Amino acid sequence: MSSAEAVLTEISAGRKLQVQHLGMVYERDGEAISALEDINLEVSEGEFVCVVGPSGCGKSTLLNVLAGFLSSTSGSVTIDGERVSGPDPRRILVFQERGVFPWLTVEGNIGFGLSKLPRAEREQRIAHYVQTVRLQGFEKAYPSDLSGGMKQRLQVARALAVNPDILYLDEPFGALDSITRVIMRGELLRIWQTERRTILFVTHDIDEAVQMADRVVVLSSRPARIKDILNIDISHPRNISSPRYLELRDELLKQIGLAYEI
Amino acid sequence: MSSIAKPRVWESFFWPIIAAVLLLAVWHYSVVFTGTKVFPSPMNVKAGVVELLHHHVLWAYILDSLRRVALGFAAAVLVGIPLGLWLGWNAVAHQVVNPVLQILRPISPIAWIPVAIIFFGVGDRAAIFLVFLASFFPIVLASISGVSSVPPVLRSTGRNFGLSTLELLRRVVFPAALPQILVGVRVALGIAWLVVVAAEMVAVDSGLGYLVIDSRNSGKRYDLVVAAMLMIGIIGLVLDLIVRKIETIRSVRWGFRNAT
Repeated sequence: MSSAEAVLTEISAGRKLQVQHLGMVYERDGEAISALEDINLEVSEGEFVCVVGPSGCGKSTLLNVLAGFLSSTSGSVTIDGERVSGPDPRRILVFQERGVFPWLTVEGNIGFGLSKLPRAEREQRIAHYVQTVRLQGFEKAYPSDLSGGMKQRLQVARALAVNPDILYLDEPFGALDSITRVIMRGELLRIWQTERRTILFVTHDIDEAVQMADRVVVLSSRPARIKDILNIDISHPRNISSPRYLELRDELLKQIGLAYEI
Repeated sequence: MSSIAKPRVWESFFWPIIAAVLLLAVWHYSVVFTGTKVFPSPMNVKAGVVELLHHHVLWAYILDSLRRVALGFAAAVLVGIPLGLWLGWNAVAHQVVNPVLQILRPISPIAWIPVAIIFFGVGDRAAIFLVFLASFFPIVLASISGVSSVPPVLRSTGRNFGLSTLELLRRVVFPAALPQILVGVRVALGIAWLVVVAAEMVAVDSGLGYLVIDSRNSGKRYDLVVAAMLMIGIIGLVLDLIVRKIETIRSVRWGFRNAT
């Protein structure tokens, strides 16, 4: 391999997602409100990035722009060098709650994005992702029979089934109780480690971010600007009472401007 | 017994039967005590039902009424649901059509009878048209409101998986709105059954509505009038039970609050 080629592969491997000077201004009651301001971010292939920030700062707006549901008013989002102009099955957004289709069974939900595949392949993929998110035995169940955590696992399975290269998660565990939330973090990490997708995970939970992410992007309050990007240099599985963990967590709390003595 | 407690099995049969027997007794003795020669007693009505059954005319009339409802109602479902989905989806179309819908909606289908007769003459088609009109509005309005209450998250998800607008309507919006649409369908069927009877009193010479008015006009046979009314009630109840059955299908049951 020539050195030029090596540089090229390094660039494409290094930059899955590139956000440049992203800005978002919208109008409410005739007043211009700035939601995002000059966001610059690069995410590499297979990386797990958490975005944290005070509630209402524009985290969800950022994710909706990245996923192509909203268009930015300035700057650009490129994935593999291709500009994002709308929603695309190659990157799936997982919502906080009520994202599964209540009229479809678990199988029907997972197979939702697979209607163009031949039957045998579709069934094989459904079976695989039922396994991945551990919903065996619930294939024929409807979402109304599932717990909150199971519904979120179902949403993740439905997203993974279409083989996306990026998974956007918008506070996916925010509506769950604290015990289920901890279990779900472990599940998502396990899935991430076996499936190796690029993950962008929005949360307002600092512990969640430090437990899961390779890097944590800290946003300021509205309009959201990137305050800092923290490397979480602890290997998995992470000891959540190790000095380094606590140090990073305190750093994040400070960044967000929260007192960590109550 | 508190009103929340579930009645025991024998109670769920026993009390309704007692209520019916009481009602029949009140009816019977009211006729006996007032000595009316016009209004029939329950026994007269029973004899009337038997007489109608022997004439075979009752079955033919029931089928006529059911056929008119089936045709008018089916047309309303086939036109009303797609139209409602489209109007719920397309804000501009809704803005254009909504004022017309809102003006036409409160007009009783009965008021359309003269117009229907001008359009279609006295006959089946006028009655079917009236049934269509009566069921059309509840179905369209339920479909529109069903679409507008589809959670944005589900629409976004559909688009995320690369669905075209038509696919999105078919695979996300329609199933999401279906429980609400079914409520409209059920209301529409109830109204359709009310209206077919009224239409048959004026626009045609067969059917249960015609039986009621004809029994009165030709010899004041009030035993037959009440017998026909009874049949109308029973068939209406059966129709409602059938539509309720649809609401228990698994893929729509999620949308009904008190469903188990």
